[in-house]
Amino acid sequence: MLIAVLSGFALALIAPSLHRLTHKRTGFLVGLLPLGLCVYFVRLASGLDADVAPVRETLAWVPSLGLSLSFTADGLSLLFAALISGIGFLVAIYSGGYLDNHPQLGRWYAYLLMFMASMLGVVLSSNLLAIFVFWELTSISSYLLIGFFHEEEDSRKAALQALLVTGLGGVAMLAGFVLLGRVGGSFEVHELAAGAGLIRGDPLYLPMLLLILAGAFTKSAQFPFHVWLPSAMAAPTPASAYLHSSTMVKAGIFLLARLFPVLGGTPAWTAVVMPVGAITMVFGAYVAMRQNILKKLLAYSTVSALGAMTMLLGMGTDGAVKAAVAFLFAHALYKAALFLAAGIIDHETGERDVRRLGGLARALPITAAGAAAAGLSMAGIPLLFGFVAKEIFYEAALHGPDGWAAALTTAAVVSSMFFVAAAACVAYRPFFGAATETPKRPHEAPASMWLGPALLGAGSLAFGVFPGWIGEGLLNHSASAALGKSVDLHLRLWHGFTPVLGLSAVTLLGGVAAYAVRPRFTAALATVHRGCDAIGPQRWYDGALNGMLVVAKLQTKVLQNGYLRHYLAVILITLVGLSGSVLLTHVKEIRKHVIDSLVIAWETVEFYELGLAVILIIAIAAAVHSRTRLAAIAALGVVGYGVALVFVLFGAPDLAMTQIVIETLTVILFVLVFYHLPPFAIYANRISRARDLLLATSVGVVMGVLTLVATATQAYPTISSYYGEMSYDLAHGRNVVNVILVDFRALDTMGEITVLTVAGVGAFALLKLRLGARSRGDEEGSS
Amino acid sequence: MSSLILRTATRYIQPILVLFSVFLLLAGHNEPGGGFAGGLVAAAAYTLYAIAYGVEEARRLLYVSPQGLAGAGLLAAAGSGIPSLLYGKPFMTGLWHEGDVPGFGEIAVGTPLLFDVGVYLAVIGVTLSIVLNLAEEE
Repeated sequence: MLIAVLSGFALALIAPSLHRLTHKRTGFLVGLLPLGLCVYFVRLASGLDADVAPVRETLAWVPSLGLSLSFTADGLSLLFAALISGIGFLVAIYSGGYLDNHPQLGRWYAYLLMFMASMLGVVLSSNLLAIFVFWELTSISSYLLIGFFHEEEDSRKAALQALLVTGLGGVAMLAGFVLLGRVGGSFEVHELAAGAGLIRGDPLYLPMLLLILAGAFTKSAQFPFHVWLPSAMAAPTPASAYLHSSTMVKAGIFLLARLFPVLGGTPAWTAVVMPVGAITMVFGAYVAMRQNILKKLLAYSTVSALGAMTMLLGMGTDGAVKAAVAFLFAHALYKAALFLAAGIIDHETGERDVRRLGGLARALPITAAGAAAAGLSMAGIPLLFGFVAKEIFYEAALHGPDGWAAALTTAAVVSSMFFVAAAACVAYRPFFGAATETPKRPHEAPASMWLGPALLGAGSLAFGVFPGWIGEGLLNHSASAALGKSVDLHLRLWHGFTPVLGLSAVTLLGGVAAYAVRPRFTAALATVHRGCDAIGPQRWYDGALNGMLVVAKLQTKVLQNGYLRHYLAVILITLVGLSGSVLLTHVKEIRKHVIDSLVIAWETVEFYELGLAVILIIAIAAAVHSRTRLAAIAALGVVGYGVALVFVLFGAPDLAMTQIVIETLTVILFVLVFYHLPPFAIYANRISRARDLLLATSVGVVMGVLTLVATATQAYPTISSYYGEMSYDLAHGRNVVNVILVDFRALDTMGEITVLTVAGVGAFALLKLRLGARSRGDEEGSS
Repeated sequence: MSSLILRTATRYIQPILVLFSVFLLLAGHNEPGGGFAGGLVAAAAYTLYAIAYGVEEARRLLYVSPQGLAGAGLLAAAGSGIPSLLYGKPFMTGLWHEGDVPGFGEIAVGTPLLFDVGVYLAVIGVTLSIVLNLAEEE
């Protein structure tokens, strides 16, 4: 399974080069990987057995943090994995047609594969920290995909919004995970589930629950965090179909289901998750119904569907969890198909507004058939899987928690009515009725594009007629995994004349009525809707973003005002203040100790050491008093080389060598920089000199005392002997300094060189920016 | 700067410095040195060349862009952590292979060496990308 997850990342690395070689065929080539993975996951799924523990693979990553790459192949993860790879296959092929001539198509495939691999990582991992890592990777790849048309400001804004909202939720989730890991004593989900009782009784249960839910709700676009999802429709349609309807937005749902055995089913869980889901469901369905832009309509209906799943998981009864799983599968099938069909319409006609579309079925017969099947499934019409899923959804709502059944059922029926109307808008309106004039003359899309809607539509029909195929198998195992116990899921097309069937009939009639009055209704309420938008969550987001920018500007003005001397002063004053105040509290012991060590030092000092110290002091005085820059640099150079000599004398050749090279480079850099500076002038007056002298002296004194104290006190056994002994045995090196750098503490070094590189890129950008500004200025001057 | 003495001296010193930097890099595991010091020495060598012959020439001699070097360095350092994963050990566990090379005696090669090469390249790349660009502005 490790290879299954990582292969996507590997292929993503080479996808751009591959595209350069294979051009038009890349989509099919790249699609082979998800197809193969899908077959692999389906085969694993067919081997699932309720009595046998699921397959687990574990590979330690950073064992000291409890982070390991451990993968579990249970029903829940395999259901998601199969959907991700299966739809991924269709989307990879589809994007070959959709972004036909886009110059950066290779990059697109790289992002897409990276997303797929991260998403597989999320659903297969059973280690919370690993889930978090992959989770964030999906946020990043989603950012790249939404902002793929990066020349357009809307795309960039939408991408940033998605990243900020889901990223913020992700951070909250990490905090929740850490709490959960602390309380539960492990980051492995199955170990946590074993100790679920203790975790639920812990006083930290509520904070950790809320933090983790924040992650799930932002990712799965629950009200009021849903705002990023409709904006994300700026992404190219294949990404919307893949990430923002069928897979990534379900990561939150997945997390709820995955952690249900650990955190779920408590009163607090129900009290938070169920209402949030219900509100999102009704709100999303209502807003979806009044949209006219195809993708926006689909986006809001996705929000609503996510709300429905959240609500079901929040209810937490066996029936509700089963319904959530069935609903999820149905939704993935029909929503991906509808999105892909919407993309085809846009691609072939150049029109996105349903009011200006009609009669496309003649021009796009295959797309129309696929979309019709998906639309009927969305509306919940018998013979399609959406109907089966809606039946068990109603069933669960009718048997909801005490006192809530009526409200939940009403909410479910009302939003399903809006769903019928929305489905008619997407799947009926553009394809049937009178043909309209469109910017482009439509003809059937290439096979690479209609394959997706056709297969997914056929899937909705096949599973609708024979729901037992998947119901008894994968969905059943999936529900069992979410509930943490074995359950039986029976999906049937015909349940007999039950109250549920009656509700379905009411839904259908209501939906058709809603579709009929929709145009007049939305026109009548237009001002109300505008008013709601003006105070809605999008405004909150804008306000928060602007507020953050204001704070950032303010703190930049105060702390990072561009004067290097102020930075230095702030850093040094902080250092002196903090360390100095600690030292002052122990002034008596320290005074004696410092005097003692100074006396010993005076007695044992060698004459050349003393000479070196004198040279250093003279050089510093010269640097301070010099009247030219060059003299100051030279004097500073003397200080630097002097310090290097100190390192030599006291047995640190590595440091000395590095110091000498650094010193040389610094002098060169200084000379290069000074070339650009205005003539040397002395701005300092007597007061500022006194102030600087005071600061410099106090830093020197504090550091000196600190060094003396630090070398004398031994609070913990020193680690250097361990490094000294282990260096050769464990790391094959006799130079302990270097072994520490590249082996024992390699991760720190990794961080350091990363920071170094980032700083280098920053310096490079600044230099180039100035050059650019200057040459532009020249052009303006000359013209 | 077109000093004949500097140019002539540079022609001999520069390769020696680069060689020395590689020596520092390789020797670093047992003797003083290492990727950081080695990288600085190599950067100094190219800086010297830039001073003697001009930035253009130094860039030509370097052959690849400093930013590319820095990126390659990061990639090498991060990549050195991967092989241990394939052996089922935690990320960045040092793996070593010891063997006799005729003429050199016993030599141990391991992933930390690759990591050090990464540090070496990153340091050269960052230093030169700053120095060369600063020098270019004149």
